[in-house]
Amino acid sequence: MTKRTNRREFLKSAAAASTFVALAKPAVAQGAGGRVVVVGGGFGGATCARFIKRIDPRITVTLVEPSRTFTACPFSNGVIVGLRELKEQQFGYDKVAAEQIVLNFSPATAVDAQGRSVTLGDGTRLPYDRLVLSPGVDIRWDALPGYTEAAAERMPHAWKAGEQTLLLRRQLEAMPDGGTVVISAPANPFRCPPGPYERASLIAYYLKLKKPKSKVIILDAKDAFSKQGLFRNAWKELYPNNLEWVSLSTGGKVTSVDPGEMVLVTDFGRHKADVANVIPPQKAARIAEAAGVADRTGWCPIDPVTFESKLQPNIHVVGDASIAGAMPKSAFSANAQAKVCAAAVAKLIAGGKPDEPRLINTCYSLVAPDYGISVANDYGPADGQIKDLGGGVSPADAPSGVRAAEAVFADGWFKTITAEVFG
Amino acid sequence: MKPVTTATLLLALVGPAWAAGPADAPPGTLSCSGCHPTAAGVDTAVPRLIGRNPADITAAMAAFKSGQRPSTVMDRIAKGFSDDEVKAIAAWYGAQKN
Repeated sequence: MTKRTNRREFLKSAAAASTFVALAKPAVAQGAGGRVVVVGGGFGGATCARFIKRIDPRITVTLVEPSRTFTACPFSNGVIVGLRELKEQQFGYDKVAAEQIVLNFSPATAVDAQGRSVTLGDGTRLPYDRLVLSPGVDIRWDALPGYTEAAAERMPHAWKAGEQTLLLRRQLEAMPDGGTVVISAPANPFRCPPGPYERASLIAYYLKLKKPKSKVIILDAKDAFSKQGLFRNAWKELYPNNLEWVSLSTGGKVTSVDPGEMVLVTDFGRHKADVANVIPPQKAARIAEAAGVADRTGWCPIDPVTFESKLQPNIHVVGDASIAGAMPKSAFSANAQAKVCAAAVAKLIAGGKPDEPRLINTCYSLVAPDYGISVANDYGPADGQIKDLGGGVSPADAPSGVRAAEAVFADGWFKTITAEVFG
Repeated sequence: MKPVTTATLLLALVGPAWAAGPADAPPGTLSCSGCHPTAAGVDTAVPRLIGRNPADITAAMAAFKSGQRPSTVMDRIAKGFSDDEVKAIAAWYGAQKN
């Protein structure tokens, strides 16, 4: 029911409303709706920026990202073996900007956690009420003797999609039949736990088809890996002559590399490679360390409800850089975490209490173009950590139709998530 | 002066955080759009959830959970959600504009 309101009643209503608003949303330091800076324009950062703006359009959201084009890692193993082109991995930020998000194409170089500002490469300082870091990973150039930035030009890591992906592809294409591809896989944790094994699978697929006398060897710093049973069964079935996995306990850990000789050294021997793909140890990208949110492990401990750093107030960390408990470092995880973080940031700026979140990760791997496998789990906070609440991997004994269906769903997943983040 | 009620005034002032949108999505809801497209026209075999009848979503989740309905990942994902959680998620998707 509406009624004609006289001036006194109107003022009473307005006063009640403004009192209510004042309680729900305490004044923030700058700007009417608060200021959020998001660093990193990948699956985590771009998602977080967009959802903060959608949840509360009054918040000024600035997305800081040095590159105008994002190159996605998921599915980039397909580019390496010629199943896809790199441009299918690339996305721009026009649609992000169209949602009234301020894009700043600069590197973030420093964070003043006490003064609450981010410094950019050109010296600009961006003040914030809350900062979200989704910077991804950096290679630990000090962790594997011989593996320097110069060495990566001969022995690509291809663990950040782009030029490195194309370099590895060219090397594979140039390799004569009968050659050996050696992949070095790091110890946990690292970006995309099943990634090295999907890559080895697709390289074996390529070799079987194009260079059948060749093989790919995985030298592994681990005895167990993601979707291991599924991968190993598939390898036995599809690539019995083209793929070999050497575990930690059988001498797989690479202790140094010699890019001049194209040799990977383990405690058990020297492996000469025609093509060497060194996936080195990683850490949260440099800005996380600069902000003081990375701990001695090189990764960022976070609160499992808000993704706020356990080391610095008002700074949240999502995606690969974070220590997200049982959640793997995947694009799906980063996207899911970013939405939870966005809701928490908006709530905190409005003076509210964030809800206990639930998260999902679904991650597909291709063993061959028509053979997909997956892991899918639910997650939630418990005992200060993000815990696994149930789920699992594809069945061990599924018929080929199920594997083919999962390959189709994998393709659909990439289109869906990139449409949500960049479309 | 136009008729104004306290309720409409409140809504106008506190804004869209109170409208049915991502702000009040029940726990778990926003993870679904990693696979189930929000926008129309995404080329995937996975159906959209926006604007669907909530009863259809809850029935599908129950069938995934029990194993009655064959699936690839949904049987595994359904395991971690209670009936009440699924009901809340389904109601939210049902309320979204297609």
